[in-house]
Amino acid sequence: MKKLSARRRHPLAAFVVLIFALAATGGLYAALAPAGEAKADASETSIAIEEGQKLYAVGCASCHGAGGQGSSDGPTLVGVGAAAVDFQVSTGRMPMQQPGPQAPTKPNIYTEEEIAQLAAYIASLGPGPGVPEPAAYDPSEGNAAHGGELFRTNCSQCHNFTGQGGALTHGKYAPNLHDVDPKHIYQAMLTGPQAMPSFPDAVLPPEQKRDIIAWLTAVNTSESPSEGGFGLGGFGPVAEGLFAWTIGIGLLVAVAVWVAAHTAKARKS
Amino acid sequence: MSTTTNPPKETRSGAPAGEKVADWADGRLGVYTVAKSNMRKIFPDHWSFLLGEICLYAFVILLLTGVYLTLFFVPSMAEIEYEGSYIPMQGVLMSEAYASTLNISFDVRGGLLMREIHHWSALLFVVGIFFHMMRVFFTGAFRKPREINWLFGFALLVLAILTGLTGYSLPDDLLSGVGIRFMEGAILSVPVVGTWLQMLVFGGEFPGSLIIPRFFVAHVLLLPGLMLGLLVAHLLLVVYHKHTHFAGPGRTNDNVVGMPLFPVYMAKAGGFFFLVFGVIAMIAATTSINPVWVLGPYRPDQISTNAQPDWYLGFSEGLVRMMPGWEMVIPGGYTLNLGLLVPLIVFPLVFAVIALYPFFEGWVTKDKREHHIAERPRNAPTRTAFGVAWLSWYFVALVAGGNDIWAIHFDLSINAITWWTRISFFVLPVVVFIITRRICLGLQRRDREKVLHGRETGIIKRLPHGEFIEVHEPLSAEKRYALTAHDQPQPAEIGPPVDENGVPRKVGVVEKLRVRINRGYYGPSGQIPKPTAEEYREITSGHGHH
Amino acid sequence: MSSQIESHDDVNDGKNPVPPTDEAGLPATREHDPFADPGLPAHKPRIQDLDERAAKRSERVVTLLFTVSMLATVGFILSYALIPIDAITYIWPFGNVSPLNFSLGMTLGLALFCIGAGAVHWSRTLMSDEESAQERHPIEATPVVKAAVMEDFRKGTDESGIGFGRRKMIRNSMVGALALVPLSGIVLLRDLGPSPEGGAPLRRTMWGEGTLIINENTGQPLRPEDMVVGSLVQAMPEGLDLHDHHFHEEIAKAAVMLVRLEPEDIKDQQSADWGYEGILCYSKICTHIGCPATLYEQQTHHALCPCHQSTFDLSDGARVLFGPAGHALPQLRITVNEDGYLAAMGDFEEPPGPSFWERG
Repeated sequence: MKKLSARRRHPLAAFVVLIFALAATGGLYAALAPAGEAKADASETSIAIEEGQKLYAVGCASCHGAGGQGSSDGPTLVGVGAAAVDFQVSTGRMPMQQPGPQAPTKPNIYTEEEIAQLAAYIASLGPGPGVPEPAAYDPSEGNAAHGGELFRTNCSQCHNFTGQGGALTHGKYAPNLHDVDPKHIYQAMLTGPQAMPSFPDAVLPPEQKRDIIAWLTAVNTSESPSEGGFGLGGFGPVAEGLFAWTIGIGLLVAVAVWVAAHTAKARKS
Repeated sequence: MSTTTNPPKETRSGAPAGEKVADWADGRLGVYTVAKSNMRKIFPDHWSFLLGEICLYAFVILLLTGVYLTLFFVPSMAEIEYEGSYIPMQGVLMSEAYASTLNISFDVRGGLLMREIHHWSALLFVVGIFFHMMRVFFTGAFRKPREINWLFGFALLVLAILTGLTGYSLPDDLLSGVGIRFMEGAILSVPVVGTWLQMLVFGGEFPGSLIIPRFFVAHVLLLPGLMLGLLVAHLLLVVYHKHTHFAGPGRTNDNVVGMPLFPVYMAKAGGFFFLVFGVIAMIAATTSINPVWVLGPYRPDQISTNAQPDWYLGFSEGLVRMMPGWEMVIPGGYTLNLGLLVPLIVFPLVFAVIALYPFFEGWVTKDKREHHIAERPRNAPTRTAFGVAWLSWYFVALVAGGNDIWAIHFDLSINAITWWTRISFFVLPVVVFIITRRICLGLQRRDREKVLHGRETGIIKRLPHGEFIEVHEPLSAEKRYALTAHDQPQPAEIGPPVDENGVPRKVGVVEKLRVRINRGYYGPSGQIPKPTAEEYREITSGHGHH
Repeated sequence: MSSQIESHDDVNDGKNPVPPTDEAGLPATREHDPFADPGLPAHKPRIQDLDERAAKRSERVVTLLFTVSMLATVGFILSYALIPIDAITYIWPFGNVSPLNFSLGMTLGLALFCIGAGAVHWSRTLMSDEESAQERHPIEATPVVKAAVMEDFRKGTDESGIGFGRRKMIRNSMVGALALVPLSGIVLLRDLGPSPEGGAPLRRTMWGEGTLIINENTGQPLRPEDMVVGSLVQAMPEGLDLHDHHFHEEIAKAAVMLVRLEPEDIKDQQSADWGYEGILCYSKICTHIGCPATLYEQQTHHALCPCHQSTFDLSDGARVLFGPAGHALPQLRITVNEDGYLAAMGDFEEPPGPSFWERG
């Protein structure tokens, strides 16, 4: 203890205290921060109805109106089709937790069967695009090179070269497409969820949508190669510059400190 | 010299081969004379003195890898269909420049590594220059006699940025093509001659087929050639002036203390080259940079978000991003694109501030002495505050340059960030200036305390009469000297309103301003008086037992 | 501990072997000035200086480093020869990387790093680390040298006649000749590019009356029924092909985007009139510096430029809402021809793309 108090005013004491404090704060935060999954479980029990309309009345009607005609809180669902429902609900975007500029993804709380029932109900309100067949979005059938060209013409302006996502106005954003289910990518292009414009088949034919999915599979999945090493998130020069300013120059300065430092002296006895 | 015939020089037949070679070279190059004055030249040891070497070595690495890349790169904008081995681009129409870059990355073994080493070195080159400049700036090492070398260094920074810009553009990918488009817009916004300049630079309408070959020759020949010349001049001046060093026992303004060039610095500096090269090679092995193959070839009608220049131009990018959309048509029907023109003017001005600062300080202080002692930043609070304020200015612009990345990573609104940078650009440097100066003064006060009272040890002692005191450890003579070696000039005075003959003196507005700024540097608000010998003696004799 | 501290007195305790002197070689007036320079501290030996075993250890470390470097170079050559260039391997924590690139970089890096580390370790532990001082000399010349140089200079100017105006004509004509000769070099630069003709090429695009609007994805002319409300189409003028020699120059001016809005959402009447049943066709080249401003948010009808965040309201004549762009995106007047295809009714009324001096 005496030793400790003697070192209390050591020139390096402040740094040691700071490091302890940081470690303690981080540890406390990790221990106390709410786990992400907790919310999903709570509402899961509330979903017990099987029939689409009943599901709709519970989960959707408060914003989209009792008959899907829309309200001030949500757009009309007449004519959006089954594809839109499947996309919005199975990615967890709908039902929304709270109104905001954009509905984020969250764990899906409906079973596949329930989503199909909901989709069937919405599709019955008015004709719209249906849920695509698996062959339509099978990336192995697509041409990645052609898909890349289409992606750069239609998509990369918001989603970045390889679909890493990007910012839009006033806090909205185009999401990262990393490992997104090809089916959802297909449906998003078809239906234009939220801020995203739609690309109906007459504008972007089905086989071209599949090419785009093939491109994304080639460059933005967990299996995609990053030939040159760690990819820094794929955000381009800003991330690279940050790396150079921190780790890059940090390593070089560390080496420089070693080169210039005085060698340990023999203890004077 | 002498008119008499010289007897034949005796050859040292018994000397070892190395000496014979040296003798041979000496007869033609005078190597012994050069070696005599330089071989044991002293270099001071401090890690921050190696920052410039990082830049030098990065430059050498850039030359080495750059030459390799030119063996494969085709600087042509002719359109071809890609047939190389990168499948997600096969069949895509692209320029030969882009195709050959893909070729370097996927069909030349080690080509990708060379590209990555080249690009990482380029980024670290400019980062190194910044760190090196910060070291020189904050220690006042730009003062007489080194102002010219500061300008050389500054010119090297500008050339490095231009070389980076031209190199970044060469692969003709969708990202760098946007950079060239930006250049075209910037040139077009120049009043009166903008359209002419644009046509001349691009050889016709944007993008044409000449800009890549033109950039290529600038990138591989013109700019590196200029840099090489400047670099040699820069280094010669460093040798001529001898390096600065920090004040310490035995280290004065009239000497330089350290280790000799041969062998210690030869080994250290030579070794450091290999260390820098090794670190950059390992960074390139593990960390991807500019994966052009996923970016696609440039087309003026395509774009990706995250369209940014390399970091060293992120600052100018930020200036443009924070500009409001001002445009005016002046009488005569001419358009001024102020949304681009204003940042284009501010950009060099911000840099010029740094280039010209040594002359500004020289004018304010009227200090004509030679300075070879590196000042501690705290002992020049106004300069330090100025430098940190400039950095905060730069930082705000950098934030603006990456506002979309900030927005998406911190869940913020891009508009809010832009507004924050617009305001901070004017406010933050002022705030930072004030805070930094106070911190420096606080540190000076602490130094003063330490010199007078010694270091607080944390040991509490109880005196016989019950009083508790903390034991202070007196500083060693070396420490005391180091903490008081800096000089503290007297603030300038305007002087009496009349001269000795009673005639009113005329003091110009400029001189009045100079005196005011000078008082900011050296007045009571600019420095804490360092302890005097009397103060020290009084305290040490009075409270010797502490 | 405290006794140690107290014994460590600053005033000459005999431990400092260097007698402090000032520059003139006089004994330092330490009693008078407590802040006098105590002089260069005595050299303290390193472990390696005293203990031959430690020195040997350092020697071995240096040799080891150089040996590792040699091995790494062998590894580099082996990697080059053995690892296929198209292989992809998962390497923690970097991801699915090229093993060739990784091992070439690591072996090269190691080979270089070990040479450097060896040399530095050698110099740090085995070469002398005794610091020495070297005098600096004032850079300014002494008055004697200055006077001699001035005298030489005066002699030179005198001999040439340049100095005192004796041969003024020679001097002036020489200055004139030297000033004019670089003009040739500047004149030669004229043919770097053609004349801008007052900006005429920047005003003209491929759009004209009846030009069909080609969907860039399909390469087919666009019909109004192809587009639903909320959709976005990137398009170019009929007659332009990716393989054309001037494709890039033309598309850089002529690229357009089409959006479809509910007609009642269009706030600007002229803009609505220039469109067709809620289909609006705008130049997508940003009026700021020329990036394609195509980040279209179909709910707000805002189009954002990714380069500098200029935001345009496509429901209100592409008015600028935010960012550095100075004016709205030009709108192309469109209609439907007798075959049911969308077609332009003429070129843009104002030049598309970034502003220029003669734009007006």
